[in-house]
Order: sequence, then structure tokens, then C-alpha cells
Amino acid sequence: MKEKTQNSYMYGLGKGLPIALGYLSVSFGFGITAVAKGIKPFETIFISLTNLTSAGQVAGVAVIAACGTIIEMILTQLIINIRYCLMGLALTQKLDGSFTTFHRLVTSFGITDEVFGVAASEEGLIGKRFMYGLITLPYLGWALGTTLGVYANNILPTGVCAALGIAIYSMFMAIIVPPSRDDKGVLWTVMIASIMSCAFYYIPYLSKLSQGFSIIICGFVAAGVMAYIAPRDPEA
Amino acid sequence: MSKNFFIYLAAMAGVTYLIRMVPFTLVRGKIKSVYIQSFLYYVPYAVLGAMTFPYIFYSTGSLLTGVLGSAVAFLLSFRRCSLLTVAGVSALVAFVTGLF
Repeated sequence: MKEKTQNSYMYGLGKGLPIALGYLSVSFGFGITAVAKGIKPFETIFISLTNLTSAGQVAGVAVIAACGTIIEMILTQLIINIRYCLMGLALTQKLDGSFTTFHRLVTSFGITDEVFGVAASEEGLIGKRFMYGLITLPYLGWALGTTLGVYANNILPTGVCAALGIAIYSMFMAIIVPPSRDDKGVLWTVMIASIMSCAFYYIPYLSKLSQGFSIIICGFVAAGVMAYIAPRDPEA
Repeated sequence: MSKNFFIYLAAMAGVTYLIRMVPFTLVRGKIKSVYIQSFLYYVPYAVLGAMTFPYIFYSTGSLLTGVLGSAVAFLLSFRRCSLLTVAGVSALVAFVTGLF
């Protein structure tokens, strides 16, 4: 029996449009944040073109701004983006025969939280054309938003830019708060990580640790402890 | 553009791509370990929590507007408003309170 497969480029484009609109504003905030931290406009745009990930880029820019080590950069990106590993794994279960190794190598670049969410919720299998369509607009939105944000520093009044600096952190908040209401495991994970992060920031001796390493340690400890205390139901 | 920047960029983009590419291209089976599954499930929330606090308070260059914006962001997130709404309104609050 042949399972139903979604393999339309145009259909994928349509599904990607709302994601692209959301990315426009988030990457705008990233552009402003990065330039405020001393990263050059072209460098900031390059980062968005080659990374396509919000949290990883914000953390990466923090490492660059602090002149951190390359090891720190690698470990930071690894721990922050490790979720894509799981998402990629989950998606492999849904790919149809059109996904040759070449197309897997190309489209894997476009796996983000939102792209994964849409692709994973598609009924039946997915084909390469659908995947290319889905990725197209979010990528363009991410690049365009960053570019606008980078140059907004020169155009918008300083008060507006300062206020927009909060946008990307507010978005993080909007991602973590709702699932924390629904799931005690998530709530405690967020609490442990946030309290540890504040400890690394405020406690005199601990504050010598850079932001990148702080994120790595908080992420590992909070997720590691909670995975032990509150393991997920494998069927869920 | 400094040569140094490109080393950072290569490390950043390289690691991020490899994490996405390797399992998507190579792995065909499913992860069996419940502990690893759970760990991978919790990691994004842990990382986002650690990246948000306390940095959100200082993100506007003024502790007062940062804290007020954060409070609004929390309230709207708690009421399950969309990412766009939360980001937009909290920035607006930070801007308006910054005028005084």
C-alpha cells in the first residue's frame, strides 16, 4: 500500500508564509541586538544567512562580543541547537522516496522549530518539493528582517532601538511560558535553568564565567536533572 | 571584516548545520533511550530560560523599562498571546515608559 505524500512546492510556500512573517520581526530584533553589541552590519547579515536560528545566533553574538574562545562557541551552539538533532530525527520518519541524500543535505539546513512544527504536523509523508517550498519564505524573511534591523540603528531614533532590544527576549518568554503552565516538567526545567543563570550573573565569583558557558552549564544541568526526575512518556 | 570573525562564523554555522544535517541524512531508526529523548525534549526550554534571565531586564539599556517590559511580556505569554504580540507590546511598553 502506498502512503499519501505531500509534494507540492506552492503548498509548501503557503505554509511557510506565516512563519516568514514571524521571522521578519524576530530577526529584526536580532539585527538590532547584534549591532548594539558591536557586531558589524555585514557580519550580522552573514550570521543570519548561514545560521538561520534565533537562540543560537543571539548566544553566538554574545560569544563574539565577549571575544570568547572557539571551543566556547562550538559548545554553546551544540547545546543550544541540539534540539534540531531530535527534530531532524523525527522528520526522517516522514520523508518519502523523493528525499535522496543530496536533498537531505540541502533541506536539513532549513530545519527550524517552526518549520519542523509545520512539517511534522503534515498528514502522511512529505516530499522534497514541499520541503523546499516550506523553507523558502522563512529563509528570505529571516534575511530581510536582519537586514532591516541592522540598518534600523541608523534610521530609527535611539529610544525606539533601545526598546526593540527587548523583543527577542520577549519572544523567548512567549515560547517558554505557555508550556510551563501545562507541564510541570517544563516548568521546573525553566525554573532551574533561570535561577542558575541568575546565580552565574549576580554572584561575584561565579560571574567571572562567560555567558556562553553559563548557558551550556544551565542547559545541561536543568535538562539532565529533569530528564532523570520526570522522564517523558515515550508514547507521547 | 576581521579574519577572526570568519573563524567564529565558521564554527557557529558549521556546528549548527552539522547538528541538523547528520541525523536528518544518516539516521533511519528511532532513538530508544527514554532518558536521551527526555533530555532532548527539555533542553530547549532550559536554554531559553537561561538566555532570557536575567538578560531581559537589561535588554533596553534601562533597568526600569526592561523590568516593566519583562512583566508585560510575562503576562501576555501567560495568557498565551502570539509571539508577535508579546514581542511587539513589550517593546512598546519599554519605549513608552522610556519617554518619562
